Amino acid sequence: MSTAVLDNSPSVPEVIPTFTATLIIRRFDPEVDDEPRWQDFDVEMRGTDRILDALHKIKWEQDGSLTFRRSCAHGVCGSDAMRINGRNRLACKTLIKDLDISKPIYVEAIKGLPLEKDLIVNMDPFFESFKAVQPFLIASSKPDKERLQSPVERARFDDTTKCILCAACTSSCPVFWTDGQYFGPAAIVNAHRFIFDSRDEGSEVRLDILNDQEGVWRCRTTFNCTEACPRGIQVTQAIAEVKAAVLRGKP
Amino acid sequence: MSATIETPRAPQPVRRQRRFNFEKWGWIYMRASGVVLVVLIFGHLFVNLFAGEGVKAIDFAFVGGKLSQPFWQIWDTLLLWLALIHGANGMRTIVNDYASNRLLRVIFKGALIASAVVLLVLGTLVIYTFDPCPAGSPANLLPSFCPAG
Ligand code: SF4
Ligand code: FES
Repeated sequence: MSTAVLDNSPSVPEVIPTFTATLIIRRFDPEVDDEPRWQDFDVEMRGTDRILDALHKIKWEQDGSLTFRRSCAHGVCGSDAMRINGRNRLACKTLIKDLDISKPIYVEAIKGLPLEKDLIVNMDPFFESFKAVQPFLIASSKPDKERLQSPVERARFDDTTKCILCAACTSSCPVFWTDGQYFGPAAIVNAHRFIFDSRDEGSEVRLDILNDQEGVWRCRTTFNCTEACPRGIQVTQAIAEVKAAVLRGKP
Repeated sequence: MSATIETPRAPQPVRRQRRFNFEKWGWIYMRASGVVLVVLIFGHLFVNLFAGEGVKAIDFAFVGGKLSQPFWQIWDTLLLWLALIHGANGMRTIVNDYASNRLLRVIFKGALIASAVVLLVLGTLVIYTFDPCPAGSPANLLPSFCPAG
């Protein structure tokens, strides 16, 4: 029955219902503005459209100077994390119809990182702390075959392998907003990914790095990061597991 | 320590050597004291507000009677020290999080430590030097064990 409907639909050109959504975007052009300013745009949207489509429409049809990052447009690359109605989301994974369109939708850059232009921030501090936890496999042996791992061993760190480094978690963390030294959740998530990998031999180094004044102990279990993660990673839990591992001194 | 292969990127700056890690012990203290405080606080509330005559029983005699028993002296001392340090450490955390000005941080943390120390000393002094039977007070206000005065 449902297939019949599906088969028919291409031949019957239907008018797809549209609605007008108002986006209020926090603009900042360092060459013109002293302060960021809010600007509103009205766009015709369809139920299947996402915030990213609205941004495209604005950029392509209304104001070409609107600046934002995006690459894959399908939640894979992690380049379009932004604050949408006060919550960190990927613009390409946020359907407009899931938001309250009777009110304007506020879109701004993620917080805690230096604002460069409109929705773009400087991600260097974020990647610095990512680099600092040594996010690569550390192993002394050079095996002839692949390094074997049981499904159970793999499952131990499965959740944290899903990270796309979008910075939604780190830039939703109130500790990170004020403390420029704190590693932030994303770095700890990526440390977790290797600390609990049975093939890795560098976990002691990483636990030592994270046992720093600005390491895992700065985490206040606010859970903002877990709420923000577009990949559904249990970020706060991963941080808690790293804390427990630091206390034990081993994974 | 395990061996390391050449890292694919520039070497990481060597971080400070592991010494006494204040943040780690602070974190552990908050958890441990939190658990003990739950017992201490609810025990305190139960005895003061529910047990026996309930809240109406609280007067000078009630407090005096409690503070003259070693059990409650130790209970209250633990309550005082654990709760005050727990609270002060929590405030320190908030200062760390929200006071970005260096001077302000120093002032806030100095004030925190000073007030915590003063309250701890004062409170401990009261618990152990409290006189439940001050001379010359009407007997009906004093604990029953006082020599009638
Ligand atoms: S843990 Fe989630 S929110 Fe954080 S960077 Fe990775 S994918 Fe983004
Ligand atoms: S554009 Fe790639 S994740 Fe959104």
